Amino acid sequence: MRVDQQLIAEMITPGSRILDVGSGDGTLIDYLYRTRKCDARGIELDMQSVTQSVAHGLPVVHGDADHDLAHYPDDTFDFVVLQRTLQAVERPQEVLRQMLRIGRHAIVSFPNFGHWRLRLQLLTTGRMPMTPVWSTPWHQTPNIHPCTIRDFVALCEEEHYTIRQWLAIDEDGAKAPWRRSVRWANLFGEQALFLLSRQ
Amino acid sequence: MSSDDKKERAISDAGLGASVFTHKMVRLEDGLLLECGDNLAPLDVAYCTYGTLSPARDNAIFICHALTGDQYVAEQNPLTGKPGWWARMVGPGKPIDTDRFFVICSNVLGGCLGTTGPTSVREETGAAWDSDFPQITMKDIVAAQVKLIDHLGIGRLFAVVGGSMGGMQALTWIAHHSERVFAAMPIATSPYHSAQNIAFNEVSRQAIFADPEWHKGRYRDYGAIPARGLGVARMMAHITYLSEDALNRKFGRRVRKAGVSSDAFLFGEMFEVESYLRHQGSTFVRRFDANSYLTITRAMDYFDLSADHDGDLSAPFQNCLTRICVVSFSSDWLFPTTQSRTLVRALSRAGANVSFVEIESDRGHDAFLLDEPEFDRTVRGFLDGAAEHAGLRRGQG
Repeated sequence: MRVDQQLIAEMITPGSRILDVGSGDGTLIDYLYRTRKCDARGIELDMQSVTQSVAHGLPVVHGDADHDLAHYPDDTFDFVVLQRTLQAVERPQEVLRQMLRIGRHAIVSFPNFGHWRLRLQLLTTGRMPMTPVWSTPWHQTPNIHPCTIRDFVALCEEEHYTIRQWLAIDEDGAKAPWRRSVRWANLFGEQALFLLSRQ
Repeated sequence: MSSDDKKERAISDAGLGASVFTHKMVRLEDGLLLECGDNLAPLDVAYCTYGTLSPARDNAIFICHALTGDQYVAEQNPLTGKPGWWARMVGPGKPIDTDRFFVICSNVLGGCLGTTGPTSVREETGAAWDSDFPQITMKDIVAAQVKLIDHLGIGRLFAVVGGSMGGMQALTWIAHHSERVFAAMPIATSPYHSAQNIAFNEVSRQAIFADPEWHKGRYRDYGAIPARGLGVARMMAHITYLSEDALNRKFGRRVRKAGVSSDAFLFGEMFEVESYLRHQGSTFVRRFDANSYLTITRAMDYFDLSADHDGDLSAPFQNCLTRICVVSFSSDWLFPTTQSRTLVRALSRAGANVSFVEIESDRGHDAFLLDEPEFDRTVRGFLDGAAEHAGLRRGQG
């Protein structure tokens, strides 16, 4: 399991109801079921991953964040997880609203577009930055809604979400030591992980 | 007498009600109160079982068969001599593993292979029901299955699995008897019969009605069978079970030349696909009763889980505790993926524990009966996972 998934798992209360949006091969929900006794389910867009997950006995539905969250009733889950996907959805604001409608908490991770390497590349070359995290050219990337950590914090304020916990993490998923300052985290954190709840 | 003639004879005997085969069955004297208000008594339910029921009686899987299927899911059908219709899925070590699970499959109510249906003898008259057999629904079909598991002393089924009309039964189980089903797999199915599918059924029925041997459903009294009508019905239905790609691959535009002068060949030629469909039609009439076909297709047409809930498809699944895995096939245009997705969203709205997989296949609706490794893995994996959640021990039975 990736280190950032380990960090997500640590945010989750044992025995809770989980929806992992973009569950991939099902690693996180399998882990949450086995080690945390959670009722963990997944939604995944890639059909091969869905089949693989279901063939491992995991409850996964073929679907996506933009179109399928609306079909769940309010407060179905304790935690709704969205890993490294927010920047690729059609309507990030609406997806977050849905997550916090159907779940009491939302756990969101995304790559930070405010990292210094991206800023420097754009400044010095005048071209769209390419880094290990942002590794596809602008015309091919599925990441249509990149944001910085500060952008995300601003959106949470606008939507009146409570940020219960946040972390900046580097590409390997290890915690970066920028917890005290959003500004520093925004400059040096390659990825961000937020635990939100409704106010 | 050729062996074919012998087969004809045996089959026409079956068609005329004097079945030469004895199906394993249970007679329930109390009968079954149908949705239409009639009480069907006694009720015969013909069924097959495989594997061993665990001492805790918790490892039973009920398999629901499709429109023209039967209870011979994993053994030779005594009427046709063909292997079980899902023998590749059900058996020792197979995805539905009979070393582990106790598998039950019964002939549907209204069928013609032992369970009470139009070919059964009516107690009041001493003659077959024929066209007087009452209108039944999917709920009635499942109610007969519930009576069977009551008889077998099974409180809760571990799983209900069914494709096509079998999927409608699986959905009926979880909509009306959720507490008695731990897990369910509705496959290549829909929560309601679409207008297009009702239309296809209607063409099938009209083909039967147009046969001069139909005799308003009393063909048995005339010693006749509406074989041409039923055959055409089957031919048309069979096209809907396949796909354009499957037909192209299997037959293309290949033509057979008539060796001798025959009416079967138009201008001395016959496309292979025509020959195939005629074969499908002619073998079908030897094993299926026309009144049964009408009764069951009508039950499918009436199927709509939202009908009692003002069109709200999620209402029947409120408080549903069953673990559900919906499976569709990408090239199935009879029960397309869009209908499965509608079902999945309704289940999600009800908060049900649902998985949903669309299997990539170009073989149309029939793909669920064919060799599709991804599908096999899905069935095996879902049942394994559900068994773990149900606390079933591995390798019991």
